[in-house]
Amino acid sequence: MKRNRVTEFNDWFLERFPLTKLWNEHMAHYYAPKNFNFWYFFGSLALLVLVNQILTGIFLTMNYKPDAKLAFDSVEYIMRDVNWGWLIRYMHSTGSSAFFIVVYLHMFRGLLYGSFKHPRELIWIFGMLLFVALMAEAFMGYLLPWGQMSYWGAQVIISLFSAIPVIGDDLSLWIRGDYVVSDATLNRFFAFHVIAVPLALVMLVFLHIVALHEVGSNNPDGIEIKDSKDPWGHPVDGIPFHPYYTVKDLVGVGVFLLFFATVIFYMPEMGGYFLEHANFIPADSMKTPEHIAPVWYFTPFYAILRAIPDKFAGVIGMGGAIVVLFLLPWLDRSPVKSIRYRGGIYKKALLLFVISFLALGYLGTQPATPTATIFARVFTAIYFGFFLLMPLYTRWEKTKPVPRRLTPVHSLEEQLPALIEEITVLKPVKPASTEIGHSAFKGSSFTRQPNPEGIRNVIIRLAKKAIGSLD
Amino acid sequence: MKNLIALLLLLLVSFGVAASEDIELQKANIDLSNNASLQRGAKHFVTYCLGCHSIKHIRYLRIALDTDMDQKKMLQDIAPEGANIYDQLHTAMNAHDAEKWFGTQPPDLSLIARSRGADWLYSYLKSYYIDSKSPRGVNNLIFKDTAMPNPLWQLQGEQYAESRKNIWDDEYTKLVIKEPGTLSEGEFDIFVNDLVNFLVYVGEPVQLERQRLGKYVLFFIFMFLVLAYLLKKEYWKDIH
Repeated sequence: MKRNRVTEFNDWFLERFPLTKLWNEHMAHYYAPKNFNFWYFFGSLALLVLVNQILTGIFLTMNYKPDAKLAFDSVEYIMRDVNWGWLIRYMHSTGSSAFFIVVYLHMFRGLLYGSFKHPRELIWIFGMLLFVALMAEAFMGYLLPWGQMSYWGAQVIISLFSAIPVIGDDLSLWIRGDYVVSDATLNRFFAFHVIAVPLALVMLVFLHIVALHEVGSNNPDGIEIKDSKDPWGHPVDGIPFHPYYTVKDLVGVGVFLLFFATVIFYMPEMGGYFLEHANFIPADSMKTPEHIAPVWYFTPFYAILRAIPDKFAGVIGMGGAIVVLFLLPWLDRSPVKSIRYRGGIYKKALLLFVISFLALGYLGTQPATPTATIFARVFTAIYFGFFLLMPLYTRWEKTKPVPRRLTPVHSLEEQLPALIEEITVLKPVKPASTEIGHSAFKGSSFTRQPNPEGIRNVIIRLAKKAIGSLD
Repeated sequence: MKNLIALLLLLLVSFGVAASEDIELQKANIDLSNNASLQRGAKHFVTYCLGCHSIKHIRYLRIALDTDMDQKKMLQDIAPEGANIYDQLHTAMNAHDAEKWFGTQPPDLSLIARSRGADWLYSYLKSYYIDSKSPRGVNNLIFKDTAMPNPLWQLQGEQYAESRKNIWDDEYTKLVIKEPGTLSEGEFDIFVNDLVNFLVYVGEPVQLERQRLGKYVLFFIFMFLVLAYLLKKEYWKDIH
């Protein structure tokens, strides 16, 4: 009787809502290439972190007070007197850094395998809009604890708008709602941080995924799996997202959570990078800190801003560093997508780009000494060179032939036995004196010991492979 | 191209090395599980610091609970007379007077260990020296021209700054105690260390609990990872 009721309700519901259709279209019958590697975990992880930020954020707002007089103390109240408040707050603060780590790796995946190229330009555009929204979300959220770095970081960044000719001063005044960062600014940033930008983020994630599922996922080989289908119309090299990638992504979630929890429980400040030391001092509009540095995820762009001598040009440069990413699908003229089949120039250019991005990130955390500024200029030139010279070097370079079907993958588990075989050597265990001296028992057990020559060979081979992969 | 990449990498390494501090800080020995040290630190704080500095984000009750101390004993031995166990540690000095006397209001020290770090606090409290040019008669090697007079001078004694040269002929300042205080040098180190230990605890009272819980959480996640991996392996065994 009870069972019937449940089925009746199910039928009633499914007649009115296309749940089965949605599930099949996006999960059970959504075919994804079967050769996704390490780099393909970060999309689902970004979604996980977004959910973490929203849930912990809801709990934080229950005790946080968006008021210049109360904000700092209310955060400490959450840290000390609210049950589990410290955990929720650390999950949120660590989550924001984790979000950027995951998103930067997700974007780097796009650069590696050409995921932004035809027909996925729109996915990339939605993704870039997500990145911009995420930066706005992080910037406004960082003001809320109302510490010295919150305050002066916001002061510096908002004052950048005043560099815009004619309307600049009025514009920055309009953004702040006051002549300096104040209670008015805190209140509006709170409004944007907890409702406006999160709504935009969620909608953009929806658009990003709808666009992705329309054209299908790219893969490390950068070929279209829809080009070779079986008689039933399924891609031969595709597998249903559910259950294959849902269970695989769960493994990624497990590994990610190990790192995430380690930071939360053992190093929530991350040496002053995730929670800056100066932010444990309440905001004081009369005391400018000696050294104002934004949180680590903004430092590459901050370094570009400081590298350019003129303030307005610096603002343009910083904005340009993000705008140029939007143009990526049209800057890249290579006929192939994946780095596996590109020529050596793109590989070297990408390596230089990664080095300059990391270097700019480091320089952004340091005081701007004259030497540091010169380095920042060199790396800024490389950053822009990577994008702006792309139409030239991607057209010239010689690409390798692209296979028609996915190349087979060798997972770590498959390679591991052979590797262990190579770096170790078998040695018989000497029987202990108490054991029976009968020949049948002798030399029957072996132990593996590291083999120095084998290890050296493996390292040399890997090094040669790494150097060779740049050609 | 390869040379260029190598050069860039080399340069990156080189300015990591170049960035170093001027004055080397002395290392504080922080052990938050040492309840006796925390209790002594609390006592020192109330005796020598609470006159000017609050630590408003903690209550006597929390200190008593976290350091396994009897609440009555806390009120009797540590808290000032007339304090309630539920009171936060507020200073009795009012802000207006403080501003007049010191030129600035002494900051709340609840989070000082998180903004300055334990080693800085430890070195700072030990680095006062007699300086006749300074309006307060003392100066500090770590925090030059600090507005705070040395609250611990009777304990440490009178320290003087002497200029010395090391084997590379670089000048450096060494602090020498000329008039011994009521504590020996070793006793004073322990005194300051207890105080700093207490301030580190006050900065984040939940630290020990956090680290204790972390082990269980990581173990749980690890078990989840093993199950997830086995599940993945089972599903994927027919994908080639």
